[in-house]
Amino acid sequence: MKVQAPLILKLMALAILACVPLTGESFYTELIAKTLVLAIFAMSLDLLVGFTGLVSFGHAAYFGVAAYAVAQLSPKYEAASLWFVLPASVGLSALVALFVGLFVLRTKGIYFIMVTLAFAQLAFFVFHDTPLGGGSDGIYLNVKPTAEIAGWVPFDLDNQQHLYYFILAMLVAVYAFLSRILQSPFGRVLVGIKSNEHRMQSMGYITFRYKLAAFALAGGLGGIAGFLYAVVFGFVTPELLSWHQSGNVLLMVILGGMGNLVGAIAGAFLFTGMQEVFATWTKHWQLVMGSVIVAAVLFLPGGLAAIPGRIKRSLQGGGSHE
Amino acid sequence: MSDVNNEALLVAHKITRHFGGLVANQDVCVNLIRGKVHVLLGPNGAGKSTCINMLSGDLPPSDGKILFKGKDITGLTAAQRSLVGIGRSYQRTNIFPKFTVLENVRLAAQSRKQQAWRIFSKAQEQQWALDKARACIEEAGLGKKVDWVSGVLSHGEQRQLEIAMVLATDAEVMLLDEPLAGMGSEESAKMVEVLKRLKPTRAILLVEHDMDAVFAVADTITVMVNGQVLESGPPAQIKASVAVQQAYLGTEDSFHV
Amino acid sequence: MDFASFLIQTLNSLQYGLLLFLVASGLTLVFGIMGIINLAHGSFYMIGAYLAFVLASATGSLFMAILLGIPLALIFGAFLEWALFAHLYKRDHLEQVLLTFGLILIFEELRSLLVGDEVHGVDIPAMFSGSIQLSEVLSYPVYRLVISAVCIVLAVALYFVIQRTRLGMMIRAGNHDRTMVEALGININMIYRVVFALGVALAALAGMLASPISSVFPNMGSHVLIISFVIVVIGGIGSVWGALAAALIVGFADTFGKVLLPELSGMVVYIVMAGVLLWRPEGIFKKG
Repeated sequence: MKVQAPLILKLMALAILACVPLTGESFYTELIAKTLVLAIFAMSLDLLVGFTGLVSFGHAAYFGVAAYAVAQLSPKYEAASLWFVLPASVGLSALVALFVGLFVLRTKGIYFIMVTLAFAQLAFFVFHDTPLGGGSDGIYLNVKPTAEIAGWVPFDLDNQQHLYYFILAMLVAVYAFLSRILQSPFGRVLVGIKSNEHRMQSMGYITFRYKLAAFALAGGLGGIAGFLYAVVFGFVTPELLSWHQSGNVLLMVILGGMGNLVGAIAGAFLFTGMQEVFATWTKHWQLVMGSVIVAAVLFLPGGLAAIPGRIKRSLQGGGSHE
Repeated sequence: MSDVNNEALLVAHKITRHFGGLVANQDVCVNLIRGKVHVLLGPNGAGKSTCINMLSGDLPPSDGKILFKGKDITGLTAAQRSLVGIGRSYQRTNIFPKFTVLENVRLAAQSRKQQAWRIFSKAQEQQWALDKARACIEEAGLGKKVDWVSGVLSHGEQRQLEIAMVLATDAEVMLLDEPLAGMGSEESAKMVEVLKRLKPTRAILLVEHDMDAVFAVADTITVMVNGQVLESGPPAQIKASVAVQQAYLGTEDSFHV
Repeated sequence: MDFASFLIQTLNSLQYGLLLFLVASGLTLVFGIMGIINLAHGSFYMIGAYLAFVLASATGSLFMAILLGIPLALIFGAFLEWALFAHLYKRDHLEQVLLTFGLILIFEELRSLLVGDEVHGVDIPAMFSGSIQLSEVLSYPVYRLVISAVCIVLAVALYFVIQRTRLGMMIRAGNHDRTMVEALGININMIYRVVFALGVALAALAGMLASPISSVFPNMGSHVLIISFVIVVIGGIGSVWGALAAALIVGFADTFGKVLLPELSGMVVYIVMAGVLLWRPEGIFKKG
């Protein structure tokens, strides 16, 4: 049983997020902006993992492709047009995902996890070793894209507040888009595939095509996150495609409880929060993070979004017919 | 008129299946005719599951041909066969346990009009699929439990759900794997009535153990033993057959009707 | 490429492939028999290498380090299985991925805490520190030949254990039906513990053997892990012989790839994997 956060809570959260830049705290604004980017990344993976049942351990590849794309497509000391580089980067990452999907979706289960990881590693090497990337040092996005259309500049991405609201708007857009898709006949097929792929096939669904579409879509949405990341930080390295990155985003999805878009967003915030807090305790914060993860898996199989449900069920005194 | 009634919809010609050294099916021939119920019978291990799996596309044959309305479909996958008009229900529970009965069948119905690109339309507003699903659920006798989560249904009710799902895919050939399993005598009788009602426009293959039900509804019975067809013919012939009685001697199944 | 260079690259391919086989065999056994995906397997390789460094520094001999290291690795593996992995058998792949990902973080940081982040060298035992002349200008390190020899001996030993001993029979049986095996009175928990410990020890030994050649450095586990995954994909899950064949294929593809196509270097292995996926998605030697 999924826990649906009621609309009022979602709007309240949105309002709180919208107020962040108004506080004037530059450090926190950038931190939350980065977290919002990760939230988009997490939602894109949730489409695959939580809704379609495809555990991809190489999702960072599409994040990185888009990030490198915007850096490479932007002139060195001039602003590229946002209305070109955004669709171009996202389209590119979707295309790469489509291509990779043709290979990896021939496998299932453990194999799938491994080959998605391997393809991400291949992408890593492409950006690390070939002229497509800038080697292990990475490349800079010196000038952020401009939003100018025919002389009119609706917003300025160099302005921290504008950039923040742009990211927030993208988050809302991705959330709305995914929500809609998941309610569509296409989305129901994906959920059916996760529940019982064999039965879907015997009912006449050529599941490979649906999975491929989901894979490409998730790649493109992950690309939106990668694009935004490059714009926020102005700097891209091969580390963006590393398996640590793939593992982190998977962790976010699981922490938030899979199959739940709000959960994915919450997972991103939880992960970033933990990272920040642990880093203040010790330089070896990954030790704490790792221990928390191990403990969470051993003792908390539903992820955090399942906690409200579990509390509710124990208050009601047992299972119910929903 | 008789031409239509004798239309052979699904023909399996000498289908064979090996698993390494084990021969699960050898030169099996099955003819499924519109308006007729064909029952596949045999003791455990006779190869009935393998046979139905080959017909539904869940298992490719090692040898032999399968024809649907005259066209060779041996190479088609299960999904492709479903789209052509061959539907299958399963012996072991193979539904979507967390979805409601309605959603299970709606998904089955939706498969007939997969307009996947319409990503902004809402599944729950596709009235044609919902109406069709409700109709099939009624026909399978599960009308009272339309909004129940399918995972909590009884075993017999899940068999009914399976039938509803196959109906919703407009299957002209229905391959039903032990649809009466786990049902009490009253439920069985109801299901037999459903099958009789479905019969006229479809070709039905039944794999079944329940002898009473079998003889109540079968037009043809094929008995399999050790992967091969022992005998095939009308129920009276099979009932009287000495070879069939002997085949069942010494097995756990009994062949007393 | 002249013959001597070709010979060198072939020997290198063999040695690299055999070393990878040690790591991958443990991985595929754990996958195939216990159904667990263990991302931390590369960490065992890293732990082995660091163990070799620490023990060799303390005792002055790589021999002693390996002699001490193997039992330590076995005990560590058995402990890990008892404490953590035994709880993963009933969990789905996602939870296994997550938990073992957490383990990688723990191992890396513990290593950082206990031994530091510097790169270390390990001395080749004096007895093997020479070279064999292959031509007037080219020679080949004896130690690399020793590595290959040790791996071959282990592969043969593994063959005998799996094919010819009761333990191996139980391992093969456990591969297929856990409850059936339990019903026969065989203690499946013990088998799982032994198999897991064996896998850990093999990976650690590979790290120990490799330490003089590759040095001992922080991220050495990750790369080996992903390559091991590729090997298991190519060879088929659960097939030890598939892992051997695939490891050799990978060893050759990578070594010759780096020499013949330096622009592609690290990517050749993945391209080979992609090819295998198109042809046989379940691995070349997938067990039935």
